[in-house]
Amino acid sequence: MAMDKESNAYTIIFATIMVVVVGGLLAFLAISLKERQDANGEIKKKMEVLSALLSPDEMMKVSRENAEAEYEKYITGGVVIDVNGKVIADGEKGKDAAFQTNIQAQYKDKTIAVNKRTYPMFTAKKEGKTLYIIPIVGMGLWGPIWGNVCIAEDKSSIAGASFGHKGETPGLGAEISLGFFIDRWVKGDEKITDENGDYQKFDVVKDGTGAQTSKIDGISGGTITSEGVEEMMNRCLVPYTVYFKTL
Amino acid sequence: MSENLAKIKAPSESLFSKKNRKLLIEPLTDNNPVTVQVLGICSSLAITVKMDIALVMGLSVIFVTAMGNYVISALRNIMPPRIRIIVQLVVAAALVIIVNEILKAYLPDISEQLSVFVGLIITNCIIMGRFEAYAMANKPWPSFLDGIGNGAGYAILLLIVAFVREILGSGSLFGMPLFGDAIEKTGLYSMGYVNNNLVILPPMALIIVGIIIWVQRAKNTTLQEEN
Repeated sequence: MAMDKESNAYTIIFATIMVVVVGGLLAFLAISLKERQDANGEIKKKMEVLSALLSPDEMMKVSRENAEAEYEKYITGGVVIDVNGKVIADGEKGKDAAFQTNIQAQYKDKTIAVNKRTYPMFTAKKEGKTLYIIPIVGMGLWGPIWGNVCIAEDKSSIAGASFGHKGETPGLGAEISLGFFIDRWVKGDEKITDENGDYQKFDVVKDGTGAQTSKIDGISGGTITSEGVEEMMNRCLVPYTVYFKTL
Repeated sequence: MSENLAKIKAPSESLFSKKNRKLLIEPLTDNNPVTVQVLGICSSLAITVKMDIALVMGLSVIFVTAMGNYVISALRNIMPPRIRIIVQLVVAAALVIIVNEILKAYLPDISEQLSVFVGLIITNCIIMGRFEAYAMANKPWPSFLDGIGNGAGYAILLLIVAFVREILGSGSLFGMPLFGDAIEKTGLYSMGYVNNNLVILPPMALIIVGIIIWVQRAKNTTLQEEN
C-alpha cells in the first residue's frame, strides 16, 4: 500500500485505530478482572474492621485466606444510622447493610449533602463482651485517610482503633497507621462521651499534654495528618453517641 | 548497524543463534541496564526491601520490556514517525495497566506493597530506552529477546539488592526468618544481634547499588571510563 506515512491523514488514522484497539483491550481486561478485584477489596475491608477489634498479635494470624471466617466469627451484627442517630437498617439486614455502606464514596461524593450521609456500625462479640466497631473517613494532607474505631461495652471507651491512609508522607503523616499513634487513642482511657452521654471532643495537641483526657499528642512533622484524624473522629463519631443513648 | 540488520534478515538464522543468545545474556552482566547504563535507579531503590516484592516487580518489568519491544518492533514499519514516541508511550502504558490490573486481582497484598511503583514502570527509562534504541531498528524476535534480557538485567539487580537488604534489614529471606524471632529474642537475637534498620531505608539501597557497580567495574576493566 503506497501511503505516505508522514501525511496527516495516515497519522490520524493510525492514532485512532491504536486508541480504539488499546482502549478496547484494557476495557475488556478491567471488566473481566473486576469481580476478583472487588472480592479482594471486600476481604481487605473485613480485615480492616477486624484490625480495630483484635490486638496486633491476634491480627497477625488473620490473613486473606481466613479473614472471611474470622469476620463471621467475631462480627455478630450491624446497624446503619442517619446523622441524627436514627436507625435506617438493623437486625437481620443490619450486618450486610453496614458492610455495603461505602462511607468513603459518600465522603467523596459532593452531590450527597453532609446530613444525608449514612453511618454504618458493626457489633462484635469478643471474650463474652459486646463491642462496637465504627468505620470513619476523613482527609489527610495528600489524600484520604480512614480508620475503624472499636468502642467498648460501656459505649464510650475506645477499646481499639486502626487508621489507614492513601498517600501520606512516610515517616511523617504516614505514621498515623502505626502502633504508637494508635496506642495514644486506645491506651489513654479515652472516652467518646462525657457523663451525660454527649459527645466529647478530641483535641490533637502539640504541647505534650496528650496524657490528659480527650487530648492526644499529634505526630511531629505530621501536623496536618494528625489534625485530619482529629477532624475525622470528631465528625464521624457524633451520630453514634446519639444512637447509643437510645439503646 | 546495516550489517547487523542484514544478518537478522537472513532466513538461516536460528531462534537461539549466538547473536540472539548474546541479546539475552549481555544485559545481565556487561551491559546491565542498571549498573552499566545506570537506568531505572529510582525504582530499584524503592522496592528492594523484600525479596518477594522485588521478584514480582522484576517479572513485571520483564513482561513490559519483552512484550513492548515485540509490539513496537512489529509496528515499526507502519508507525507514523511523527507520533512514534506517543505510540511507544501508549504501548508501554497499556502493558503497565495490564500488569497492574492482574496483580490487583491475583496478588492483592503484593500489589498493595508495590503501590504506585507498578504504575511508575512506565517512567522506567529502560523501557523507552529499549523501544527507541533497539525495537525501532530490529525484527520482532530479537527485540523480544532483547526485552527479556534487559528486563532480566534489571530484575537480577533488584534481587541482589533485595537479598542484602532483607537479610541485614529484616533478618529474613522471602519472609522466612533466618536468625530466629526478633521480638521474642530467640536464636541469634538472644545473643544480642539486632537487625540493621538503616538497611531498610532507601539511602542504603543506593550504597549497595554503588558497591555492585564498583565491584563490577573493578573486575571488568573495559567498563571503566577513561578521563
